[in-house]
Amino acid sequence: MKYQSQKVAYAYFLCALGLFAIQVLGGLLAGWIYVAPNFLSELMPFNVVRMLHTNALVVWLLLGFFGGAYFLLPEESEREIYSVNLAYLQLAILVVGTLGAVVTYVFNLFPGNWMFGMQGREFIEQPTWVKLGILVAALIFLFNVTMTVLAGRKTAISNVLLVGLWLLCLLWVFAFINPNNLSLDKMYWWFVIHLWVEATWELVMAAILAFLLLKLTGVDREVVEKWLYVIVATALFSGILGTGHHFYWIGTPGYWQWIGSIFSTFEVIPFFLMMSFAFVMVWKGRRNHPNKAALLWSLGSSTVAFFGAGVWGFLHTLHGVNFYSHGTQITAAHGHLAFFGAYVALNLAMFAYAIPMLRQKAPYNQVLNMASFWLMTGGMAFMTFVLTFAGTIQTHMQRVLGEDFMSVQEGLSLFYIMRFGSGLAVAIGALLFIYSMLVVRKREVIAPGNLAAAED
Amino acid sequence: MAEILTKSRARNIFYGGSIFFVVIFVLLTVQSHRFIVKTSTAGMELSEAVVLGKHVWERNSCINCHTIHGEGAYFAPEVGNVMTRWDVQDEPEEAYEMLDGWMKSQPSGVEGRRQMPFFDLTEEETRGLAEFLRWADQTDTQGWPPNDAG
Ligand code: HEM
Ligand code: HEM
Ligand SMILES: [Fe+2]
Repeated sequence: MKYQSQKVAYAYFLCALGLFAIQVLGGLLAGWIYVAPNFLSELMPFNVVRMLHTNALVVWLLLGFFGGAYFLLPEESEREIYSVNLAYLQLAILVVGTLGAVVTYVFNLFPGNWMFGMQGREFIEQPTWVKLGILVAALIFLFNVTMTVLAGRKTAISNVLLVGLWLLCLLWVFAFINPNNLSLDKMYWWFVIHLWVEATWELVMAAILAFLLLKLTGVDREVVEKWLYVIVATALFSGILGTGHHFYWIGTPGYWQWIGSIFSTFEVIPFFLMMSFAFVMVWKGRRNHPNKAALLWSLGSSTVAFFGAGVWGFLHTLHGVNFYSHGTQITAAHGHLAFFGAYVALNLAMFAYAIPMLRQKAPYNQVLNMASFWLMTGGMAFMTFVLTFAGTIQTHMQRVLGEDFMSVQEGLSLFYIMRFGSGLAVAIGALLFIYSMLVVRKREVIAPGNLAAAED
Repeated sequence: MAEILTKSRARNIFYGGSIFFVVIFVLLTVQSHRFIVKTSTAGMELSEAVVLGKHVWERNSCINCHTIHGEGAYFAPEVGNVMTRWDVQDEPEEAYEMLDGWMKSQPSGVEGRRQMPFFDLTEEETRGLAEFLRWADQTDTQGWPPNDAG
């Protein structure tokens, strides 16, 4: 850690890790309700559990991005953050908002109230006051990071990161737009959901990945930054019109079937490039960085993102396929592996890299950390396979043969038991990761491979 | 990568190309917005009851168990075509009665079966919900879902 103000990132990462634990435990609970449907059904029905699971996910990923930006920008700009106090204020607003949303969901406060009640659109259920809080926090953040970057050295990494963050905050405005016409509501809803994960967040991902690889492999900055622009160009060229893959069956015009199919197929390219980029950089790299866990997470993230977003995305993105698979367990399979690879693993890579520095300890608990990588990644991969099988059967029975939803689901219970099992592995892995980050042990559990001297 | 692709060229392609695609996307969005309002959802009036129903749907977070037009959660059946499945799409009164009966019989309490919670709705709200579901069902969704199972 070269700059004092980077320390704010630590507070962001801690809050993110706390919500990560809640997210995974919420997922486990949701998975258990699939296995034992009467569990908690009167106290906390499935829809509430699911909101906690998905909302915690999105908020902790954002906290990770914000913290990551506060960690990375001083090093890129070669100056302290414009205002540390604003950064803490922003975090406080986000934490209060998150707690407010949780309490609103669990106790069903102010139902139907526009300002204080839950809003009931998937993923953006937060009451309006929380949404406004997020907006204010986003504005504070943008002001703070932009002032930092403008005053310092400008690099492609900080540039792409900033473009991504500005655009994602701007898109948040669509979270406030809820037309009475359901089809219009859906169309604009995707402006937040799709244009986040398949456009703006990809810019953030590519920038953070480039930063990590630059530090971990010691490859020439010029090479890294050229890759970066090529990657983000392919991301936006495909991802913007790729939104069309959600406009097949919601009342939008038929031409989206072609535009969506063609452009979303190209969406595989940036993920392929990010994976290739990561491996090429490691091969080319001269530096033998001691933080092996951060490198494992970086490579793992780009690889799993390629499979989860790229391969599993393509699997159901052509309109001829999507006609049958739309809104089945296949969607859930893809959603899990894509989110995990692209954004969960990437954030964990950043944490694994930054937290030891922020706490001014040598990379520690590497072995536990790497074990948590394999537990989580193995668990998510298995969960994805299981849900893909379940989804394939569901598609055939329900969409082709026309059998009733509930009876088809009953036949899938074995898969849901296995999904719970793989979720257990993920949850244990997540807790192990948190432990390995926060609890300093004097020695590694077993001695890691030879560690070359740290260069940076 | 070849030397012709310098960093600054790559950057300019990124900015120029992105703006190009944003413009196309905005134009298509405007056209789609019109299409939705004038064509695909125009078969039934977007009445006050429908709007109320949409709010009831939202404030109870139905989307986090069900899908509607294939979007939402995968825990409970598709409802974008439920009025067709129940064969009451063209009968507002019967649609209300069916739905009212359904809502009032929840949760089923059957052991080992997924449970739908009980929602304490007024008659007006349930009527709105029925109208909202009929309104959603009449939307031109390009032939989706493939069959009545949803
Ligand atoms: C990291 C990037 C990505 C993430 C995090 C992600 C996540 C998700 C999620 C959560 C959904 C479900 C949304 C809902 O609740 O309705 C979804 C749907 C979908 N995604 Fe992705 N996705 C990513 C990239 C991609 C890519 C690259 C493609 C195509 C190549 C793709 C194709 C699709 C399709 C076609 C659907 C709609 C599925 C349906 O009809 O039910 N996704 N995605
Ligand atoms: C302990 C592990 C986990 C379990 C058991 C689990 C279980 C579940 C369940 C049961 C649902 C609801 C699916 C439905 O609507 O029927 C769900 C939704 C979701 N979960 Fe998880 N989850 C776990 C971990 C994760 C992780 C690590 C991520 C992020 C990488 C994640 C992201 C999501 C998303 C994005 C959705 C919404 C999916 C969609 O709408 O397509 N989950 N999860
Ligand atoms: Fe998408």
